[in-house]
Amino acid sequence: MRVTKAIISLSFIFGLVACSENSQALKASKSDVAAYQGAKNGFVDKNWTPGDKTSWEKQLRVRAQIQDEYTRSK
Amino acid sequence: MARMKFICDAERCIECNGCVTACKNEHEVPWGVNRRRVVTINDGEIGAEKSISVACMHCSEAPCMAVCPVDCFYRTDEGVVLHSKDTCIGCGYCSYACPFGAPQFPSQGTFGLRGKMDKCTFCAGGPEENGSKAEFEKYGRNRLSEGKLPACAEMCSTKALLAGDGDVISDIFRNRVTNRQTHGKAAGGDVFGWGTAYGKPKKDDKAAPTGAKS
Repeated sequence: MRVTKAIISLSFIFGLVACSENSQALKASKSDVAAYQGAKNGFVDKNWTPGDKTSWEKQLRVRAQIQDEYTRSK
Repeated sequence: MARMKFICDAERCIECNGCVTACKNEHEVPWGVNRRRVVTINDGEIGAEKSISVACMHCSEAPCMAVCPVDCFYRTDEGVVLHSKDTCIGCGYCSYACPFGAPQFPSQGTFGLRGKMDKCTFCAGGPEENGSKAEFEKYGRNRLSEGKLPACAEMCSTKALLAGDGDVISDIFRNRVTNRQTHGKAAGGDVFGWGTAYGKPKKDDKAAPTGAKS
């Protein structure tokens, strides 16, 4: 009888613990997919391969050079 | 790894507001919200008046991130500071903390209720699927994931506004400054906001543009 009571009371305690207050810790920001994975639309530039980080970095480097008219005019 | 940054060349900016328009159009930014704007410094002083295009500089130690009570900001591997509008409560703390006045708050409705914060994303969208409709509606276009640079810089008619990997754009800028000096023109080597946003250049940091100034 005692053992049964103890089991019941323990299960109540565990049950109450499960219903306790939600954590108020600051939620981590939603994870974002890296840009080099590519966009799911039809506007992706054709000069690189989505998912390939090296090709994405190269593409942005090449694209950035367009801003330099000193190299463009050579 | 690329570290995305902006440079505005004050010697070249002609205050055309092309960057502002490009940004507004690209992201369909609502009325009253300006992710980018052109400001005039030394207004009225002959020879000293300059225009600078200003937006979020995606600071290395972003004050907005430090003060946000709900921790809605995050930084991408490329150093772009983004935020989640699902988490933002529109308190406005980031607006007070930002040295560039980047955070914007749409006020819609009869009582001018302040909405969720909106700011320049370096055309990198936000925490939604890259290039999705949901991402566009909340954060605008994600040009980085399309292999493109921010629309403001790519549309700049005089290429005053440079965007991209910090090393690449500082090389471009340094080259310009050297060329101007060679031809006896004003060098214009002061880089607006770099000291504030990315810290002072280290002695061994060859990539930092000449004459960095906050």
